Order: sequence, then structure tokens, then C-alpha cells
Amino acid sequence: MKHGILISDHEKAGGGGARRRNAAAVSAAALPAGTDSGSAADGLGGAFGPGAAKPKWTARRRRVVANLTGWSFAAPATLIILGLTLFPAGWAFLISREHWNGITPARQIGWDNYRLMLQDADFRSAVNHTVLFTVLYVPVVLVLGMFLALALNRKIRFISFYRTALFVPLVVSAAATGILANFVFDQQFGLANNVLRVLHLPQQGFLADRHEVMWVIALIYLWTDLAFSVIVYLAALQDIPTDCLEAARMDGANRWQQFRHVILPSLAPVTVFVGVWETISVLQIFELVLTTTHGGPLGASQTVVYFVYNQAFNLSRYGYGSAVAYTLFGATLVITLGLFAYARRSKIEAF
Amino acid sequence: MSRLRHTISRASRWHLFLMPLSLLFLLPLLQMVLASFTSNADINRFPPRFIPSALHLSGYVRLFRDAPVGRWMLNSAIVSGIAIVSHLILCSLGGYAYARLSFRGRTVAFVTLVATIMIPTQMLMIPTYFMFTHLGLIDTLGAAFVPFLTSAFGVFLMRQFFLSLPKDLEEAGRIDGLTTFGVFFRIVLPLARPALATLAVFTLLNSWNDLLWPLIAINDPSKFTIQLGLINFQGAHHIDWQELMACNVVATAPLILGFLVAQRQFVQTMSMSGLKG
Repeated sequence: MKHGILISDHEKAGGGGARRRNAAAVSAAALPAGTDSGSAADGLGGAFGPGAAKPKWTARRRRVVANLTGWSFAAPATLIILGLTLFPAGWAFLISREHWNGITPARQIGWDNYRLMLQDADFRSAVNHTVLFTVLYVPVVLVLGMFLALALNRKIRFISFYRTALFVPLVVSAAATGILANFVFDQQFGLANNVLRVLHLPQQGFLADRHEVMWVIALIYLWTDLAFSVIVYLAALQDIPTDCLEAARMDGANRWQQFRHVILPSLAPVTVFVGVWETISVLQIFELVLTTTHGGPLGASQTVVYFVYNQAFNLSRYGYGSAVAYTLFGATLVITLGLFAYARRSKIEAF
Repeated sequence: MSRLRHTISRASRWHLFLMPLSLLFLLPLLQMVLASFTSNADINRFPPRFIPSALHLSGYVRLFRDAPVGRWMLNSAIVSGIAIVSHLILCSLGGYAYARLSFRGRTVAFVTLVATIMIPTQMLMIPTYFMFTHLGLIDTLGAAFVPFLTSAFGVFLMRQFFLSLPKDLEEAGRIDGLTTFGVFFRIVLPLARPALATLAVFTLLNSWNDLLWPLIAINDPSKFTIQLGLINFQGAHHIDWQELMACNVVATAPLILGFLVAQRQFVQTMSMSGLKG
């Protein structure tokens, strides 16, 4: 204990002169330990003990200097990140066990918010929309992404045009995408209904139709998001050694067999990665819903995160909103770990 | 000869698939730009036409008259600028510490840091809102840039990069008498340019396009970022498609132009990260 105090005093004493101590550390490293110059350089060693203890002190000081240097590099980023993630995550859990409107004092209500979720029909429909969306969307984006990457991974004419055209939606923000989608799918003036009109097909409600709205949102999301999986698959395709494909060709594999037995297996790890990533991001779909439908019509496009936002920032039910957010986090974690466990059992190295 | 024909026909089969799809992907953006130059009378014409009868700048004129769009763009530029500079400094410092320096608590801190990548930001919006309130960030640009000062992904990216550098140069620098800071600033950082470029693009995309944090924390129109301005503008002018599309073009143009100029860098950044969370 006394030792500990001594060390911390030592740290404090030297805290003001980090640079000087660095210089000391360099010289201590350059010269053999135990010579006098190490302690003479800052004069601290003499304050604590006679010459016999010097080698020990030098080693300790070097360690202290290393710790201080390391933390002065690491601390700013580390503290900010933990402060903006772990701290609010802990706080969210506390809020989720409260009845709180943000103004009057919170009331502790234990697990009531979580119990309430089980009986809340609106919440259940938000979960249904989100789950259905995820289950339908993720396989589509995986298959399409892989197929497009295969198509784009060749030297043909216009290839850079194709790549630019397919990748550019990725830099368009959710807000701009949503507003653009409102225009394209506008019932009267939108491009989508105009095309249908030209083709003499019946007009559609799109975002205003309860039964179509989630499909339309999925389509819009696919527009903004498809490029991500294509890009990741493309990078993976370019990592496949040409020798393997060459060898398969020599053995008389046709194009399908090459794909099935060489390309597909080497894309498995990336597929796990993209699958997990897409699942997580689709489970949290929010901004696109906010900018297109606000969860409507009649709650038909309400997703879980939109539900959280609505409960908290429109209805001031912060406790209930936090409970739903925490439940979503738990579910996401379970699904993610489940996918990884499944990948490991199938002997796919995901990361 | 037949082999050649075979190759051509196979290539054109890909074109048959890729050309319509590419055009389909470009079509909404094309329509956005066209509509911003089309008078509302033309947009609302029945039956509608894709190509306008005449081009008008009136949408942009009305836009800049009706809303402080210049201010919003400036706000977004400030937010992204601060986010990028801070990201470059903090993530490279942190990444270097976790790659090269040994200090007490390093492993625990690093594992915790990487684990936080798993925490979805949307889950944190309620407590973060109250944190902003306590820190006095409500209705300030701080609410928009504080969440982007640094990121676990950025630290991780820089660490991986530093691990890939050979140690020889740093050791040479030490023998020449440089301190750890000297080695970092004079030797390591100049070598890290490619990774820093990736990090800058990553931060630009995330901070410029973010809507969530300004949405919950900023109500004062003079503090809006362009994204928040965009959706508020939609609420106020939802029938004036020409003006709305003009606003969309203004908000989207910087990143699209950046993408067209530095496509390779953008694509490389995207391949390393999931951007649209």
C-alpha cells in the first residue's frame, strides 16, 4: 500500500515534466541501467533512496514513463469513445427501468416497461415489420450483391461507367434519399406511376398504400445500400488467387463448376460478414422511414427504432423507449452471436 | 474465330444486364437534377414528361430566398471539418498507442473499445440526448460534431495500418534521439497518408450525411445542418417539388462531386467499413 502511494507521488512529481522524463527514458534506454546519469538527469531518484536502490528505481521509472506516454496517446480517443458509448449504454439501462417524461422526477418501476412491451400491439407490429423486412431483405442483398460483383469483376467496355452508376447512391444521405423517393413514388406526379401509365398498367399507391409501403421502402433501401455488399464482394473476388481458377479450368471445370467449387467457397467468410452487417443495419432502419412515411400509413411502416424515436421524442415516454431500445440491442446481439456461432460450426472464418 | 465470337457474345450478355440496371440506378438522381430545373407547371403537367420543355433556375432562386441554405451548408462544412481534423488526430494517436506502445491496461482498453463497435448508435439516442442537455450542447453545432470527434472504427483502422508498417524506421528514429512523440510526428505520421485519406473520407461521409444527432438536439434553424434543414424544408414546402429537388441537389452535390473526382478512394473506404448504419 505504502509502495503504491510512493509510486503515485512519484508520478505526480514528474507529471509536469513529461517531456523531461521522456528525455530521461531515452537516455536510460541508450545507456546501461544503473549508471548515475539516469537519475542525475531529473534529480528525482535521489529524493527517494540511496544509491543502492537506483537500478530498481530506473526500471520503475521507465515503466511509469511508458505508461504515461502510452496513455497520453490513447486516452483522448479512448475516453471520448467510452464516454459516448459505454456510459450512455449503462444510463439507458437505468432509464429503461423508470417511468420518466424527462421533466418531472423519474419513478422506479422495475421491469414494468419490459412487461408492457409484451402487451403492446403497436410494438408487436413494429417488430413484425422489422423482422419481415430483415428476413426478406438480407438474402436478396446477399445474392444480388454477389451476382453484381461477379458481373463487375471483368474487363469489359463501360465497366467504369457501370461501377460509378451502381456505387454513387452510397454517398447520398438518408434524408436526400427519402425526399427523392417521395418524389419518385408520388402518386400523381412521380416517375414510378408515370412509367406505369405509359405501359398502361394500373396506378399504385406505393408509399401511401398500407400493403405496399414496406416493399417500396425495401426497394429504396436496396438502391442506397446494394453498393456496399457489391464493393465488399468485389474486394473478396479480387483476392481469389488466379492459380486456383486456372487449376480448376485445367481440370475441365465448366463455368458453373468453377463458381460452385472455387469462387463460392472462398466468398463464404465475406458472406458471413456482409450478412451480419446487413442484418444489424436493417434491424435498425430508421432514417429512411422518418424521411418518407413517418411510420405510416396507419403505422404500416413503423419499425422498431422508429417506434423508439416516436415514444421518446414525440410522446416523451423515455423509460419505455429505452426499454424497447435495450430489447432491440439484446436481440441484435443474440442474432449476431448466433450467426457467428453458426459460421464457426460450418468452419467459415468470418474475421 | 468462333472463340472470339463466343467471347463477344458472352460479354454482351453482361451488358444486357448491366446497362439497364446502371441506368435504373442513375435515373432517380437524373430526375432529381432535371426536376430542380423544371418549372412546377411542367412537373405537374398531365400527362407528365420526363424531359422538361424549358430549363428554369427559379427553383434555386426561390430556395435561397425561402431558407438559409447557405448557412446550413456552412454549418455542415464546419461540422464535417471539425470531425475530420479531430478524427485524424485522435484516431492516429490512439491507433499508434494500441499498435506500438506498451502500457498498463492496454489490452483491456483496446478490447473494450472494439466491443463498443457492437453498440448501435440508435440505441443510445435517449441517454445521449440527456447528456447533450447536461453538457449544454442542445441547439449548438456541438451536438452535431461531438459524436464524430473520434470513433472506435477509426482507432481500429489506424492500429491495423500501423501494425503493417516495418519497425525499422521507428527504431532508427529512436537511435537518433527522438522521443516517442518525435518518432510519431516526424516518422510514422508522414507514412500514414493512405490510411489517413481513408479515415478522412469515412468521417466526411458519416458526418455530412448524419441526420440522427442534429434531429434530436437542434431546433434552432440557424444551427441546422444541411440534412436537418432538408427534412424541415420538406415539411414546409412539400408541394413545391422544384424547390425541394433544388434543395436536394445542393445537399447532395458536394459528396457526389467528391465521389466522381476520387472514386477509387471512396470505394476503398467503403470496402473497409459499413457506412450506412
